[in-house]
Amino acid sequence: MRVRFWGTRGSIPVALTAADIRDRMAQVLMRASGRTFASFEEAHAFARDELDFSLTHTFGGHTPCVEMVIPGDEYYVCDVGSGARPFGTHVLAREAGRPATVNVFMSHVHWDHIMGFPFFGPAYVKGTTIRIHGVHDVLEHAFRLQQSPPCFPVDFSQLGARIEFVKLEAGRPYRLNDVTVTPHLQLHSGDSYGYRFEHGGKSAVYSTDSEHKLEDRAEAEGFADFFRDADVVIFDAMYALAEAISVKADWGHSSNIVGVELCQMARAKRLVLFHHEPANNDATLEALLNEARRFEELTRVEHRLEVSAAYDGLEIDL
Amino acid sequence: MRVTSRRYASCIVVRPEGRLDHDTCDPFGTQLTLWVDTAARDRGTLVLDLSGLEYVSSAGLRCFMLGSRHAKASGTAIVVAALQPMVAEIFAISHFDRLFRVFPDVRAALAESSGEALAAFDKA
Repeated sequence: MRVRFWGTRGSIPVALTAADIRDRMAQVLMRASGRTFASFEEAHAFARDELDFSLTHTFGGHTPCVEMVIPGDEYYVCDVGSGARPFGTHVLAREAGRPATVNVFMSHVHWDHIMGFPFFGPAYVKGTTIRIHGVHDVLEHAFRLQQSPPCFPVDFSQLGARIEFVKLEAGRPYRLNDVTVTPHLQLHSGDSYGYRFEHGGKSAVYSTDSEHKLEDRAEAEGFADFFRDADVVIFDAMYALAEAISVKADWGHSSNIVGVELCQMARAKRLVLFHHEPANNDATLEALLNEARRFEELTRVEHRLEVSAAYDGLEIDL
Repeated sequence: MRVTSRRYASCIVVRPEGRLDHDTCDPFGTQLTLWVDTAARDRGTLVLDLSGLEYVSSAGLRCFMLGSRHAKASGTAIVVAALQPMVAEIFAISHFDRLFRVFPDVRAALAESSGEALAAFDKA
């Protein structure tokens, strides 16, 4: 089982600007000052090994779309934010004309989680099957609404793929092929649902757009059970803790610190910070990651939790 | 967790000892509200002396934040002082050092709040 991140930003897509790239190149030139490189490979190794992540990469990028790569003929993906566009390109290239079957699991239908679907190439290909799973009653309505005039030129009814909507119940495990998927209710405006995927003895949890009320121990224990012993937990860490529980309380999101605490309670193996705040640049996101790692070190009791931050293109093998 | 308090003129110094987490934050939060009410009535400041606090979780930090919000609404303030290194680092990591005024020790916090409180502290 592998987790592949196609979209990791919250709320709205974010791209580096020309000025960002120019500033970054200037910083790299300063860091390389006095160095010479005999080959592209040598320069590449310098960038890879000696420069900060926030200079050589970008967290991105697209809004949520995370693929669970599971052996077999079908695709499994959480949410279809703008990351669904490159995901669709990948599916079309890999299938090379063969019709695909794509299982989508929707956390909720806020715009950043559905905006990529009108640009999801396989939806336009006859013979493709797309099963959109979710707990919300408004699932189909939301997908049809965003592809209705005057918002989009191609009506939902004109899509070539066979599109099915599959209603799920929270807390109930579902078996699809040889994958078990369990939805879990989360606190967010209009409700959201996390999903736990289990296959071949490995487990991945997708838990975004989820606020945690720190005074509620039962809620924390419920999430610790949902995350229990997971190989990876993809966690809504939109804010620093102070922001999440003061000015942005009740906005439906969480923090890096609470992600560490819940994963420690659950004895999860790896925490991936996700749904990055669009106002945060790469340096700020790297700082939030480093703070989460330090908090994990400070509070570690026997169990070590690996902490990373999602970026568009990240792949994690479980 | 053990909590003690002392008065210095119009200011109150509250000293929690041990760990402030899910298991201990509710009773501490209730007590903190009462101390804030007293500080507001006397037009003083509430100083949290964290020299005895070994650990604070997100739930504990939320107690501080709710106490601070209540203090502002009541026309007073909570400041923190004498953080142990680990708690100081947790304040920085969680960005709580941006929500609270942090003082190296109780004396410095009182000096900033009231001359009478500082005199009372030095006399004690």
